[in-house]
Amino acid sequence: MEEKDFYSKSADSKYAKRIGRFTRLKESAIKLFFAVNGTMALIFIILIFAFLFKEGLRALDHIGLMDFLFLDRTDASGTVERVFQWYPTSEEPRYSLVPLIIGTLLTAIPATIISTLLGVGAGIYLSEVANPKLKEFLKPLIELFAGIPTVVLGFIMLVVGASFFNDLLNPANRLNAFVAAIGLSFVIIPIIASLTEDALHSIPNELRMASYGLGATKWQTISRVILPAAFSGVSASIILGFGRAIGETMIVLMCAGNAANLTANIFLSVRTMTATIAAEMGEVSQGSDHYYSLFFIGIVLFTLTFFLNLIAEIIINKMRKKNTF
Amino acid sequence: MEVKKRKKDIFGNVSLGLVRLTFFFLVFVLILLLGKIFIEGIGVISLEFLIDSPKNNMTGGGIGPAIFGTIAVTLFMVLFAVPLGVFSAIYLNEYANDTFFTRIIRTSINNLAGVPSIVFGLFGLGFFILFIGKGLDDVLQTGLLFGQPALLWASTTLAVLVLPIVIVSTLEALNSVPKSHRDASYGLGATRWQTIKNVVLPQARPGILTGTILAISRGAGETAPILFLGAAFFLPNLPIADLCIGGYCIPMINPTEQFMYLAYHIFIMATQSSNPTKTLPLQYGATLVLIVLTFLLNITAIIFRYRFRKILGRL
Amino acid sequence: MKETKIVVKNLNLFYGDKQALKNITIEIPSKRVTAFIGPSGCGKSTFLRVLNRMNDLIDHVKIEGEVYIDGVNIYDKSLDIVNLRKNVGMVFQKSNLFPKTIYENIVYGPRINGIRDKKLLDEIVERTLNQAAIWDEAKDRLNENALSLSGGQQQRLCIARALAVEPEIILMDEPASALDPISTAKIEELIHDLKKEYTIVIVTHNMQQAARVSDQTAFFYLGELIEFDRTTTIFTKPAKKQTEDYITGRFG
Repeated sequence: MEEKDFYSKSADSKYAKRIGRFTRLKESAIKLFFAVNGTMALIFIILIFAFLFKEGLRALDHIGLMDFLFLDRTDASGTVERVFQWYPTSEEPRYSLVPLIIGTLLTAIPATIISTLLGVGAGIYLSEVANPKLKEFLKPLIELFAGIPTVVLGFIMLVVGASFFNDLLNPANRLNAFVAAIGLSFVIIPIIASLTEDALHSIPNELRMASYGLGATKWQTISRVILPAAFSGVSASIILGFGRAIGETMIVLMCAGNAANLTANIFLSVRTMTATIAAEMGEVSQGSDHYYSLFFIGIVLFTLTFFLNLIAEIIINKMRKKNTF
Repeated sequence: MEVKKRKKDIFGNVSLGLVRLTFFFLVFVLILLLGKIFIEGIGVISLEFLIDSPKNNMTGGGIGPAIFGTIAVTLFMVLFAVPLGVFSAIYLNEYANDTFFTRIIRTSINNLAGVPSIVFGLFGLGFFILFIGKGLDDVLQTGLLFGQPALLWASTTLAVLVLPIVIVSTLEALNSVPKSHRDASYGLGATRWQTIKNVVLPQARPGILTGTILAISRGAGETAPILFLGAAFFLPNLPIADLCIGGYCIPMINPTEQFMYLAYHIFIMATQSSNPTKTLPLQYGATLVLIVLTFLLNITAIIFRYRFRKILGRL
Repeated sequence: MKETKIVVKNLNLFYGDKQALKNITIEIPSKRVTAFIGPSGCGKSTFLRVLNRMNDLIDHVKIEGEVYIDGVNIYDKSLDIVNLRKNVGMVFQKSNLFPKTIYENIVYGPRINGIRDKKLLDEIVERTLNQAAIWDEAKDRLNENALSLSGGQQQRLCIARALAVEPEIILMDEPASALDPISTAKIEELIHDLKKEYTIVIVTHNMQQAARVSDQTAFFYLGELIEFDRTTTIFTKPAKKQTEDYITGRFG
């Protein structure tokens, strides 16, 4: 082969075509368009942070940071009392978030505990016990469960559940943290069940075979091999469920009683952070301290759920890297 | 050789039984709840109920405007959320490389999915109404038109809320298109956009539709975000205005007005009605309608997704 | 006289840190069939994909060296890759027909190149299906789903689809490995006909196929080009011991 001949063809060869400037521009423009869209989720998260902080930090113009925890009140006789109250509309406004945070926890924690027990159980059933044909029909059932609007759950608990538990347990308040927690469970159980099922299902079958091959029973395999292997996935699902419980609004608004009591008794009415914002925002005047303080609660709420979600995501990513679920 | 008889794993069997019981207990409770709603609500359902306005301080009449408002808001919501979400997913799946930045984007999507619904309400107020809306009013000199609670802002806020749903469904749909099809297209000398447009998107359409349906279902069920974004308990008129060009007028949805919303309506009736005994049947009726709507949407999406997954499996 | 179509000089390819191709230098002649053989994982498919820059679509791939087709360095930064892939066609191991009709599959390539005229497209469809020896079987089913054909027919359809954009070179990555012996024979016959007009490079793990079908054979092992010569020489009097060991089945 003549080397000279081979290379001399190059100038007019059809292979030598350069990318047209127009085509290059067009494809770059299209890519840019999609890239901008692609970053929207990130932009919205940033915007949410930005605008919550923009309005919420203005609360600190007139309300001290410590006031969000407690107020030292001096009453008529001169004694000073440290109160933890949320009472922005009083003559002497009190902005303590403590009863609200306690209210949130008093509903979210019992809900998460109940939902973990029932949800993980349901997840185990779906993944390990149910036969595959049945499972194909049952897994969508969980999705349907998850699709029930929270206002419907709140409504049902309000008209049926509250009276039911009232007769059964005779609590001090008819609408209380306990009723709300039960209502919340309906929201969280599907989340935990679904994610637990995913986590268990992704454990490779080889591990099950190895366990059975050594003579283990089904339950031993589940409790000693599968669950431990899926520990990260199941933990992440519980954390996400807890985050959801904290952020839920309608059920607690309708069922928890809406009295900002400072208490550890789940049979008393409580007020959560979410319910406070929902109930009071419609009645504040824009630009008032009360108005800004509601945004401030929003900051606390958002930051809390943001970190919970982040932790859950880190756990899931770590486990994906290690290839264990 | 003596073969010892294996002691039955009683504890194990009981545990398995409990697990089974747990699941079916949950199903049982679900059926109980739905049954209760159905029984109490079905008596109220009629064509008039679905179309009429509420009357006599909510003790009579129907939920027509609330249904209309729900449809109007979710329609606008879809117009905002679906293109944005689909394009977003296209970028992540078809263009972006696996870099730190794309991982941050994926984290943001997961985080957006976990934002409390009431925080979306605050966001809608602080960003859409007070910033964008007020900005529009200032620029267009329209006084106080956009800078107040309105259908438009409820839709945009809900659009941000359901965005993760659309993105995740679309990603799943795009991913289900086999890599070999993309390879074939590139091998024939197609550009990336030509490949996406002609090979990937046509196959991903069912998945995108599924995502849209799920988004509608979620949007229709949300109450907290729209509490102070324009939802009202009673409005004398529907949010419709005539769009007149030349001599011809077409009635169109007016996005700057307030609206009634089924989920919101249930909430107010349940917590603030003046005559609980009289309104209770109506509450059940409205709840039944909402549940049926949500379920129909979800079941449609599930069946749809099941069928297109099956079809792909056969390929 | 043998004309050279493709010249590769000192080509190295890295997947991240792993080096998959080591210092490959080879000259591929025009209008002949060149076969790449070697055990699994030796890099023959990867090297095939270097020739139409399909590796560019994979993340974290680094390529060093020069690849010239007709004297043009195809790794030049400003080269129109889309145009390259029209001239260097590819047939894959498993049929990857689009879930569209037979007609739609064939005209996909011409359409994205801007050909809209229906008469012209119809001509292309008839010509390429004839070239791929599947016109008789397909002509009455042009509007049926392409995936309703048998495996062997689908592969011939893939070849027709590749021919529709009028390449000069056709790269085939184990085109018959998923097919039954009769379909395989048909494909090999097709290759024999096509080489009159096209330069063909075929990767195959089937040594007998390489011996039957190709004029030149290149033996790859662990990312290196061990030996490249006329097929008859490689299979009867290989120069390197590794080649001989592979040919005689000492390892596979």
